[in-house]
Amino acid sequence: MSKHTFSIGGVHPHDSKISRECAIEKLPLAPTVYIQLSQHIGAPAKPVVAVGDKVKVGQVIAEPGGFVSAFIHSSVSGTVKSIAPRADLAGNPQMCIEIAVEGDDWADGIDTSDTLITDIPEDNKAIIEKIRLGGVVGLGGATFPTHVKLSPPPGSKCDRVIINGCECEPYLTSDFRTLLEKGEQVVVGAAILRQVMGNVPCTIAIEENKPEAIAHINEVIGKLGYKGIDVMPMKMRYPQGGEKQLIDAVMHRQVGSGALPISVGAVVQNVATALAVYDAVQKNKPIVDNSVTVTGECFPRQANLLVRVGTPLRYIIDYLGGVPENAVKVISGGPMMGRAVANLDAATLKGTGALLFLTAEQTLRAPETNCIRCGKCADACPMGLEPFLLNRLAKADKLEDLEKNAVQDCIECGCCLYSCPAHIPLLDNIRMAKGAVLGAIRARAAAKK
Amino acid sequence: MSTLTVSPSPHIHSKDSTMSLMRDVVIALVPAVICSFVFYGWREILLMLVSVASCVCLEWAVTKYMLKQPSTIGDLSAVVTGILLGLNLPYSTPLWVVFIGAVVAICVAKLTFGGIGQNIWNPALVGRVFLLVSFPTYMTTWGAPQGVVDAVSGPTPLGAIQEGLMQGASVQDIMAEHGYSYSSMLFANLGGSAGEVCALALLAGFVYLCVRKVIKPWITLSIFATVAVTALIFWGINPARFTDPLFNLLSGGLILGACFMATDYVTSPMSVWGGVVFGIGIGFLTMMIRYFGSYPEGVSFAILIMNSVVPLLNMWFKQKKFGRK
Repeated sequence: MSKHTFSIGGVHPHDSKISRECAIEKLPLAPTVYIQLSQHIGAPAKPVVAVGDKVKVGQVIAEPGGFVSAFIHSSVSGTVKSIAPRADLAGNPQMCIEIAVEGDDWADGIDTSDTLITDIPEDNKAIIEKIRLGGVVGLGGATFPTHVKLSPPPGSKCDRVIINGCECEPYLTSDFRTLLEKGEQVVVGAAILRQVMGNVPCTIAIEENKPEAIAHINEVIGKLGYKGIDVMPMKMRYPQGGEKQLIDAVMHRQVGSGALPISVGAVVQNVATALAVYDAVQKNKPIVDNSVTVTGECFPRQANLLVRVGTPLRYIIDYLGGVPENAVKVISGGPMMGRAVANLDAATLKGTGALLFLTAEQTLRAPETNCIRCGKCADACPMGLEPFLLNRLAKADKLEDLEKNAVQDCIECGCCLYSCPAHIPLLDNIRMAKGAVLGAIRARAAAKK
Repeated sequence: MSTLTVSPSPHIHSKDSTMSLMRDVVIALVPAVICSFVFYGWREILLMLVSVASCVCLEWAVTKYMLKQPSTIGDLSAVVTGILLGLNLPYSTPLWVVFIGAVVAICVAKLTFGGIGQNIWNPALVGRVFLLVSFPTYMTTWGAPQGVVDAVSGPTPLGAIQEGLMQGASVQDIMAEHGYSYSSMLFANLGGSAGEVCALALLAGFVYLCVRKVIKPWITLSIFATVAVTALIFWGINPARFTDPLFNLLSGGLILGACFMATDYVTSPMSVWGGVVFGIGIGFLTMMIRYFGSYPEGVSFAILIMNSVVPLLNMWFKQKKFGRK
């Protein structure tokens, strides 16, 4: 058994990867797609098409709205029907470009073949530009624009690139299937990333519950003859795939409060991002689709689907047989950090990794009872915080004490609420307190100026 | 599916609840209860039933009629208090005295402070100490055993030692006179309350709780280590005046206290190091009371005293935060 894992806290939920045997299949094209202009961290993109324009697959339809922003490409070919606000999965209005699908006509210059291209261009600047033009964002959840992450501030030095293949959230299997089915592309993507960061070593971290993926990627690395890339099997533990936790597990370095991974010499990219980097650099193919796990014990047909960006959730669900009668919650993402879907007419984003259906028995919370001071929340917190204390301070609105007790360090992984035997909504209260404390910190900074 | 539920993450739970944790504690206490039945017979079971029933009924009645709050007896914490109180009493304790102990434990030590999670001192121990100082005769009288095996009646080993020392005998003479041996202490056929006599059964329960991850072993181990080290020092200085480490580990309520009372979530520190310091305090105070106090046994007092400083220990000993100095 490998010993690689992070040093503080964590929980062991059942991995529930019931869709692991389902090979990635292409979802037929939806009749209409709705592509959101803000599907990354940073400024929303600005549309560069007008209603009535004909677009092709992979054509730019929106440009970055700032440095921290990303290109958005049409995921289908057809006619732009509208550019208007539309409810996202939480029900909030978001600007979307609506495109009626006509055929499947790809833009010029995009290599749609399956041929593996292993020769990596030498010019790193050109590579980063291709990644930027490909609209690549971090697909592990945060959707941070990748070209920004690959352009560290001057003076900082990268020692290692980590490819995050932990997929520590229960149920999710899209990264696992990608490793098995697109292992070569992921490894070439990893090679590109390590070259860009200055030929540093690269570690592909995979949890032990995916032995097939570990064996396959080792085989691929041997076959391609790449030096400097290795696979590290990780002990199964949530939230191993958290950026700070993974760096701690792989490099035994702890990223300080409020600091970026590059401050300890690490750059972390998700498996799906490595694949997107390969596509953008080697095939000129921007992000137009991504794999989505559709799963849940109550769901009739488990699947890992290749879905075009902007496909309505209802279209995906209906393709697989509709929402089961006994499902009470649909989650975009995993059960620990995913978001509950309020609107099934919302469309997928680049970062949509899963749709999970849970029954009342699986997901509804028990009534809150008295804290019994068992300390399980503090044991579970991977940031070493004291959720019971933060919860109490949050209820009393003690912003200064909250800040002193490092409430901003909370990564919202959910381990505290998951393990609380008294079913206290620890994370709900802490999340709200975080917002209030951030507001106070900003107000203080503004007052100083 | 008619409506979708929307709530913040996480969307799943470990399925642990206060009730499931307390249920594990009850399961862990079963060997000790069986053991006490084997030594003391039906009277012990009757005492245990009265203790548990009093605790549960009192909690139900007080929450319903006085506090007018939803009942909390479903979390089984009153059952745990009842069993622990029962294990702390001589099997011959009159049942009305047992009931008074339950009133003090549940009504005074637990519900007055706001119920489960809010109390400062371990309820069962408060009940026991109240009875010890109010009814010393009942609490130190060990009537004839009625169990299925031939248990020895008479004073507890700690009581006998203190008695003997006051009469000027040496520890070795007293032990020889009463025929104490470590194996008899481990397998329990010496005088004492039920919880004092079944060391092996109690340790089995402790191991169960650790394996089930209900408790962490640090507090208990820290108490054992401190008792052993303190006893070793004094015994090394004067073996005629002070009892040896193994005797102290096996005698009295140390094992019950260290395994089940000091590890009570509500009244023990949260962090590992806080727990270790808490354990050192209990172990040291226990030995001071045993060697120099007027009571032969000091575990209950030691735990209650250390319960009082838990808020301070929680403040002083925090776990290291990720990426911070």
